[in-house]
Amino acid sequence: MTTKRTLSIKQRGLTNFEAIMWIFTRLSALGMYALILLAVIGALIMGARNQMNLADVMRWGFMPNVTHVQSTDVPDLDLWASPFWKLTASALLLVAVAHGVHGLVVIADDYIAGEGGRKIVRLLSIVMMISMSGIGLYLIWTS
Amino acid sequence: MGLKRNVSLSAGLRYKGPAGYLTYILHRIGGLGMAIFITTHILASFVGGRTGGVFNGIYENWAFQVFIFFCVLFHAINGLRITILDLFPKLLDYQKEAIWIEWAVFIPLYGISVLVILSTAL
Repeated sequence: MTTKRTLSIKQRGLTNFEAIMWIFTRLSALGMYALILLAVIGALIMGARNQMNLADVMRWGFMPNVTHVQSTDVPDLDLWASPFWKLTASALLLVAVAHGVHGLVVIADDYIAGEGGRKIVRLLSIVMMISMSGIGLYLIWTS
Repeated sequence: MGLKRNVSLSAGLRYKGPAGYLTYILHRIGGLGMAIFITTHILASFVGGRTGGVFNGIYENWAFQVFIFFCVLFHAINGLRITILDLFPKLLDYQKEAIWIEWAVFIPLYGISVLVILSTAL
């Protein structure tokens, strides 16, 4: 019998920021799955089965913004531009930006080990997170 | 903080660990690909006009769609495996089997997507 190599989440502890972001990355992935499934099911209810191909449905699913269905055979775009979908898209955007920017920080940390460099990376990540969230929200609510 | 690892980027890229290394590096490439794509896509939509049009032309190209669908689908499916195994650490003993299941889900889904993209584009 080999020694136990794994620890439960409780035993590992969530005591610092990086550990909290570690669990956030996992939970936000599940959250994005839920939002994407919601968007795909909504698309099927709104008639995507006859009017869109698989790739178009996925494009809508990954960001349920009305501009993503403009090039398809969908006759009535108003349904796809409802506040419900704008809220869903906003939620997906905010979760995805947080998940993605933290992912970039993790990658940068593999190559930038110095303390000063890591501080710059974190500063840049905060700037990127705020600007991308802002521009994205603006685009969703004005499209 | 202040960690010293003395591993260069080229050495990191040449590293060939046991099972899981391929999914690790593809997960990273997929994530980076998506981060660059989504950032430029949002900025291009924001700027609009002729500059935005140039970027939209790239995104609508079938070759780019094949690439970005690989990034998104692989990152999503591999990410689900990582999430499930990390939230239920007992399953980490079945890492290899989980990777096989992952490929069994990814290959058909990506294959159908590529077929759809190519049949509408060409």
